[in-house]
Amino acid sequence: MIGYALLFGFVCLSLAFLLNLWRLVLGPTLTDRVLAGDTMVINVIALIMLYGIMETTAVYFEAALLFAMFGFISTVAYCKFLLRGDVIE
Amino acid sequence: MSLVLIVMLPFIGAVLPALMIRTGRNACTIATASVTILAFALLMTHVPAVLRGEVVQVGWDWLPGLGLNANFFLDGLGLLFASLILGIGLLIIIYARFYLAKEDPMGTFFTYLLLFQGAMVGIVLSDNILMLLIFWELTSLSSFLLIGYWKHLPEGRQGARMALAVTGGGGLAMIAGALLLGQIVGSYDLSVILQHKELIQASPLYVPALLLILIGAFAKSAQFPLHFWLPHAMAAPTPVSAYLHSATMVKAGIFLLARLWPVLAGTEIWFYLVTTTGLITMVVAAYIALFKDDLKALLAYSTVSHLGLVTMLLGFGTPLAAVAAVFHIINHATFKAALFMSAGIVDHEVGSRDIKHLGGLVMLMPITATLATIAAASMAGIPLLNGFLSKEMMLEEAAHTVWAGQAWLIPLLATAGAMLSVAYSLRYITQVFFGPVREHYPSTPHDPPMGMWLPPAFLVGLVMLIGLFPQTFAGPLVAASAGAVIGGPLPDYYLSIWHGLTPALFMSAVALGLGIVILWRYTQVRAAWQKGPHPQAKALFDRTLTGAVAVSSALTYRLHNGSLQRYLAWFIGACVVIGYVTFWLSSHEAGNRAMLPAAPVAIVGWLLLIGGCAALMALHRDRLLALITVGVIGLIVSIGFVYLSAPDLALTQISVEVVTVVLLLLALNFLPKHTPAESMSVRKVRDGVLAVVAGLGVGAIAFAAMTRDFVTLSDFYLEQSLPGGGGTNVVNVILVDFRGFDTFGEIIVLGIAALAIFALLDGALRGEVGRKLDAWVSTEQRSMNRHPMMLVVATRVMLPLALLVGAYIFLRGHNVPGGGFIAGLVVAIALIMQYMASGFGWTAKRMRVDYHGMVGAGILIAAATGIGSWIAGHPFLTSAFEYFTWPLVGKFELASAIAFDTGVFLTVVGAVMLTLANLSRIGRRAQHQQINEQPMDVNPLENTKN
Repeated sequence: MIGYALLFGFVCLSLAFLLNLWRLVLGPTLTDRVLAGDTMVINVIALIMLYGIMETTAVYFEAALLFAMFGFISTVAYCKFLLRGDVIE
Repeated sequence: MSLVLIVMLPFIGAVLPALMIRTGRNACTIATASVTILAFALLMTHVPAVLRGEVVQVGWDWLPGLGLNANFFLDGLGLLFASLILGIGLLIIIYARFYLAKEDPMGTFFTYLLLFQGAMVGIVLSDNILMLLIFWELTSLSSFLLIGYWKHLPEGRQGARMALAVTGGGGLAMIAGALLLGQIVGSYDLSVILQHKELIQASPLYVPALLLILIGAFAKSAQFPLHFWLPHAMAAPTPVSAYLHSATMVKAGIFLLARLWPVLAGTEIWFYLVTTTGLITMVVAAYIALFKDDLKALLAYSTVSHLGLVTMLLGFGTPLAAVAAVFHIINHATFKAALFMSAGIVDHEVGSRDIKHLGGLVMLMPITATLATIAAASMAGIPLLNGFLSKEMMLEEAAHTVWAGQAWLIPLLATAGAMLSVAYSLRYITQVFFGPVREHYPSTPHDPPMGMWLPPAFLVGLVMLIGLFPQTFAGPLVAASAGAVIGGPLPDYYLSIWHGLTPALFMSAVALGLGIVILWRYTQVRAAWQKGPHPQAKALFDRTLTGAVAVSSALTYRLHNGSLQRYLAWFIGACVVIGYVTFWLSSHEAGNRAMLPAAPVAIVGWLLLIGGCAALMALHRDRLLALITVGVIGLIVSIGFVYLSAPDLALTQISVEVVTVVLLLLALNFLPKHTPAESMSVRKVRDGVLAVVAGLGVGAIAFAAMTRDFVTLSDFYLEQSLPGGGGTNVVNVILVDFRGFDTFGEIIVLGIAALAIFALLDGALRGEVGRKLDAWVSTEQRSMNRHPMMLVVATRVMLPLALLVGAYIFLRGHNVPGGGFIAGLVVAIALIMQYMASGFGWTAKRMRVDYHGMVGAGILIAAATGIGSWIAGHPFLTSAFEYFTWPLVGKFELASAIAFDTGVFLTVVGAVMLTLANLSRIGRRAQHQQINEQPMDVNPLENTKN
């Protein structure tokens, strides 16, 4: 059962990645592209978790943890850059 | 042991004059002199043993893998030279005390002098030929400093540069020659090399090695045609000339010829190269010396001439000639140092050293005149003085040396050289000290203070004593050093004034008579010389140098002109050429490893990577967009690391990506947001071709490597990680243990980089850039939301969590993915978040950490860990670990590597934060805004009050 669930998850994530790439390339605005990148980070977290489940190992979870903790920092930095110009005021 | 001390004392003592000059010139001189006296006294303790024929040896392995051992030995030859260097050095120090003017920095002078002295003693006492080369180069460097001591004189600077170029260039040839010699014998120890005459002379490498060594020795000892640097080095203060050109620097080449004489001499090629060079040098330089009006130039050319004489004697290759050479080295050192010093006295007290402005000084400065006359008479080879004895021996040897079947050639030219030597020596006496007293001199001539004439007087005393009683005063030393040169039984000889009516006596008499005739008819001789051509070596040298500089600049600027594209094109192009040429020239076959199936998700990742790269290419002119796409590529690389089982790399990559984005955004704020299109289409094609070809090559290499089994070092690390390093995370154990020294170097680089960024920006902000930023007016529309509440609250909640993760990753790093480097990045990001949310000023008030100190502390802790293992008697950075059991916690491991990792951690945090803080200073400077008192724009407390 878990095998099917994993397969389903991988398929969804792969589709999501390709759509993210689509948005990243086409834009049209800068915000679209920043968001595409941010969504990719979320997807990567999910992908790492699924991969860990598939391989039955917890060794990759720290990577997911770091993504979860810091993935948004880049996005915030882009936003601050767009809004204020200066990232650290 | 004391041999090492003799060499090291001048080097160690070189700091003394620089310090002691503050307490006065006398104290400075005494300090310098005591260093030399001490070294000389140590040397004298070995005299009895060496005169008995023993060889004093001391040494230990330094870099045995390279054949470089710190071996010293003292035999007769070493004793002779070391005594000359230290003894005459002492006289020079006393002389220089009175010679140097008040405005000359005496401390610097004596420091240079001691450095030079140490280097010279090092040459003559080294047993290892590689170490000898190091000292050899040191003499070139320190003599450069001495010759250029009067920095305000252009001739001094140019002369110093010329001396360095010629002797340093010769030194390069020497290195090659010495390496060949070591290659032939299989050892770089001189005492071993000297045992293998047959092996060396039979080797096909003998001729190249000989040629290279001779170039080095001839350049140093100013042999024709490399002699031209020596007269130009006369721009140095006279004590330097007296020291370098009588007893030391220029004798180094002769010393080497004598040192290697047992193994190199005796062949045809040696005879013709060395004898001919020496002969030409002797005659040509003596001829030039005759027409020099500058006293020091006259002495310079006479030095070249006498060096030629010694070289010629060594070239003869017979034991008797070697004895004569050694004897003449002693004699020349004594009379020439005295002559230089008396020339310096004349220059000092009369104000000119131009013979045309001198004459008649004998009544005005009788002491100087007496000393100079005796020394010059010795140089001329007048009987009862030491110069006569060795010149006699030289003529005797020359009389029966046959050059290419011509028995008359060498005797004739040797007599001519002796004749010219008589002429210029007598000219030095008669035209400076005798003749009519002039109406007026540049300054009133008088004898110098005693300190200045005593050193030459001592040497003149030696000149006479050796001249009268050669066997008593020079016999033992000559025997010991000649024995060392010959390396076998001494020939039958006797040092005495009268040898009977020999051919040499006849030649001597002819030379003396003709020399006097030349001087008598000097006006006519000079007029004849005036008509001839006078090639100027300096112009030729300058032209050669300018040409060489032009060629190398042209080549250099063609290779790198300051454009990054150019560098990359050359670099990648070179790799491509080497790679493809090697590929086509060698055989190759496909790998035999089975291919793994590609997972669909991996294919999607691959597509993402390609898509990201393509998007970057398309969008790269908009720099912000480029940054976003690069971020996506970094993301894929990170999960690639996860997928390929490299969790440590993945963790590092993820953290680095975040820091990079923040750093680049900080910089981008003040940079153009778009890259202009500048490249021409030709260059685009070139770059495109290079990129595709190089990419394909790298891909092919990766494919080739992955499709076959190969043995790497990894297996060793995997096996040894736990037993050797006490950790199961191989990556971390490699970083902090196996290759800890690399990591140590890397964190130092990291710290330096952070400090350099600080220094550059700090300097820039104080100058023009700072004023520009002060006047900065932003034209762009900015949001009013400076410190959004949501961001502040989120980061504040994240802070303790992130710090905990950092601590966790740090602690477990030795056994599972993590470690100081990643933990440092995690903690740095946690702190950056706070700066971003509430602003730099607000956060800095609450984070009172000195990041400079943090970088320094990190490096110091890492170094202390490494040094700690010395105390336990292990090499630098040997790690130790032990297992302990604590109640509640259970069994755990404590490794010294964790202290090292702490150093890494602190350096990383400090470096990242220092860089960010300084980059953000630019923005803060341009914003002209007050530091906010509140952490965020909205104060929630105010709302509740209402």
